[in-house]
Amino acid sequence: MRFERREHRPVYLMVLTPVLAVIAALALSGILIAIAGAPVLDAYWRILIGAFGSRLSATETLTRATPLMLTGLAAAVAFRARLWNIGAEGQFYLGAIAVAAASSKLLGDLPAPVLIPTLLLVGAVAGMALILIPLWLRLRFSVDEVVTSLLLNFIALLFVSMLIDGVLKDPLAFGWPQSQSVSDHAMLPKLVARSRLHIGFAIAIALAIVVHLIQSRTVFGLQSRAAGLNPVGAVFAGVPLGRTLVKVACLSGGLAGLAGAIEVLGVKGYVTTDLSPGFGYAGIVVAMLANLNPLGVILAAIFTATMFVGADGMSRGLGIPTYIADVTVALSLLTMLIALFFTQYRIRR
Amino acid sequence: MTSPVLEIEGVSKRFGANLANDDISLTLAKGEIVALLGENGAGKTTLMSILFGHYMQDAGRILIDGAELPPGKPRAAIRAGVGMVHQHFSLAPNLSVLENVMTGTEKLWSWRSGTSAARKKLLAISERFGLKVDPGARLGDLSVGEQQRVEILKALYNDARILILDEPTAVLTNIEAEKLFATLKQMARQGLSLIFISHKLDEVMAAADRIVVLRGGKMVAKRTASETSKAELAELMVGRRVTRPVREPSTPGAVALEAAEVTVKIDGVERLKSISFHLREGEILGIIGVSGNGQAALAHLLSGTLSRTSGDLLLFGEAIGNPGVADVVGAGIGRIPEDRNEEGVIGEMAIWENAVLERISASAFSQHGLVNRKAGMAFAKQIIDQFDVRGGSPASRTRLLSGGNMQKLILGRNLHRRPRILIAAQPARGLDEGAVAAVHARLLEARRQGTAVLLISEDLDEVIALADRVQAIVGGRLSPPVEAEAANARKLGLMMAGEWQETREPDHAL
Repeated sequence: MRFERREHRPVYLMVLTPVLAVIAALALSGILIAIAGAPVLDAYWRILIGAFGSRLSATETLTRATPLMLTGLAAAVAFRARLWNIGAEGQFYLGAIAVAAASSKLLGDLPAPVLIPTLLLVGAVAGMALILIPLWLRLRFSVDEVVTSLLLNFIALLFVSMLIDGVLKDPLAFGWPQSQSVSDHAMLPKLVARSRLHIGFAIAIALAIVVHLIQSRTVFGLQSRAAGLNPVGAVFAGVPLGRTLVKVACLSGGLAGLAGAIEVLGVKGYVTTDLSPGFGYAGIVVAMLANLNPLGVILAAIFTATMFVGADGMSRGLGIPTYIADVTVALSLLTMLIALFFTQYRIRR
Repeated sequence: MTSPVLEIEGVSKRFGANLANDDISLTLAKGEIVALLGENGAGKTTLMSILFGHYMQDAGRILIDGAELPPGKPRAAIRAGVGMVHQHFSLAPNLSVLENVMTGTEKLWSWRSGTSAARKKLLAISERFGLKVDPGARLGDLSVGEQQRVEILKALYNDARILILDEPTAVLTNIEAEKLFATLKQMARQGLSLIFISHKLDEVMAAADRIVVLRGGKMVAKRTASETSKAELAELMVGRRVTRPVREPSTPGAVALEAAEVTVKIDGVERLKSISFHLREGEILGIIGVSGNGQAALAHLLSGTLSRTSGDLLLFGEAIGNPGVADVVGAGIGRIPEDRNEEGVIGEMAIWENAVLERISASAFSQHGLVNRKAGMAFAKQIIDQFDVRGGSPASRTRLLSGGNMQKLILGRNLHRRPRILIAAQPARGLDEGAVAAVHARLLEARRQGTAVLLISEDLDEVIALADRVQAIVGGRLSPPVEAEAANARKLGLMMAGEWQETREPDHAL
């Protein structure tokens, strides 16, 4: 048995790949569920019911999908240009804390129609600011941004931790480290009444479409793809490599920062150090599952959110630990990577 | 002759719709050098990959010393004494020569690394075949020719008796190539059997005992070197008579591009040392030289990807600063890069994207930052039609094109708009006969239309055939120009060795 590179990649294969990868991941975690002594199909059925069985659970799933879409987009745009931004988690937190600080200390008195867009922008800018550090190190000293952006996550989280235990601490939080809440009129309007689903979901979908259009239709999109695929060739063709990477980084960091801002303004209203259950890292999985396609990110984020939200229901009903959701999502990344390999190579005997 | 060491019997291999090898048979005797001659895509590399076990044949079999080789097993091929020297070396630049040679032969679970025994064996082989190397040298510090020697030694270290070399001269200078062939002959005299893949007629005639010609996956002829001619081989290889185009006399126009004492330093090293030339409309100025003497710096300087340290560049008499790519392209300068795979195209992008990428900001291809895909596709279609680019549509991936067709695409996107100046760096390197003729014809046509062409080349024949004037580049310096009438192979050969001036400064640093 050996591998041969495929010269042509049929379209149906590109569509089928993530579907097969997800099915394979579900099959593999099914083995674990069976070992735990539960009926596999029933478990998956309960996950589906848990995630979409009621109005409440469905809106909850989509609420959870919102930050995943944004961090997924952040990873997708960066990876497409071969900028390995592993720092979405830190950018998420920085966006979140910037919003909390700006609304409680600076801008809280603005009227909502001005305040909300301003705060979202503040969050995005905070995310951009953080990613520019590893980018500068890469462009100036050729430091690998995988390491620097990853490690900055911890610095960012500690920085947030310091702020919410210090200057931004909410005096009414009974001593818990928690930021002051943003004012009520700064909270994002609900998309569905009597639920947590807010217009952040619509914003995320709109941004996925915008990013798709940027990548497929604009000069910047073409140039950033060229820079990612072959930097030497891109330079020869006159692509300003540094400037293109700065733009890509700003887009990526901005989306991750926005994810944090939207999570604060849409759901929590304040910042704690467990605001994100790893949205930044899960965004990488989402992006890979979407094969870095911005529109695919929408579906991949909803799948991931389904697993996380649905697993709670399954756990309650069957007594299986919820971390089966983590296992499934992690497995789906692995199966997707393997599936992507087979879109590029075929087996010959 | 004794019984053959290698027999290939009726091997066929199909890739999709493409029959890469169609019922090919050949034999190789002990101490014999056989050349596998054919154009790019004729199936030479496929056949050798089957022999080495990289691919499995669909039909046919391979016998070594009469015993059948199990298909698709490189390890079995190595054990049977087949060694392969790849065109792109499979060596690790950060390891030493000895470590590279030993890699793959060491036992995984062993306390002793066996280094000293390995070194002894390596030195013995190197002595026997006259392949001098320093076992301790770091591979990355060696020249390309020396790295190839290591690749050969590695095969010999694995006790290869049959050595396959895939386009061994593609990466070598003329002098290195001559040395290589001397080595190969010595190896054959010592009882090794060799197959080398080539599309260059000169070297096939010079080095091989027998020549097997492939065309379109079929074996079209077997010839003994002493009983054939270059002309016959060329016709067999291409399937029709190929004649390279000839330069007609012309009168050049105004000076289009002038360099006055230009120096370029990269990381403190002077790559170009106070060079001067002028290039007129409607002429081809040849810059001849063994590769690595500053050609890359010259091409990059004029392509807008490198800035000069001192000196002046004049475009139609007007001084230009340090132009970037956009300035150069905008000024109507066409550029054919030395490395078409790395610099010339982005392989994973579509043909139309590569056709427009360097001029994407021009209003023809984008408005307000939005790409005009339709215009790009139409432009690519025009290039494909006018420049006879085969094997792809505007939307297909560029990587799928053969080298010759890729070069036609690059030529097309440059010549389509009739550039005033064309910087062509090694434009025919690595191309097969048919494609070389096509590229040459395009360059001469551009000249006829008044384009000023700067031809940077290491191919003497090419420069003599095309250039109106020739300057040699040696160690970053340019010789004064000689007119075409005076530029014969002997004179240019001397110039390439740096002998053009009594007054030349003695330093020869690079």
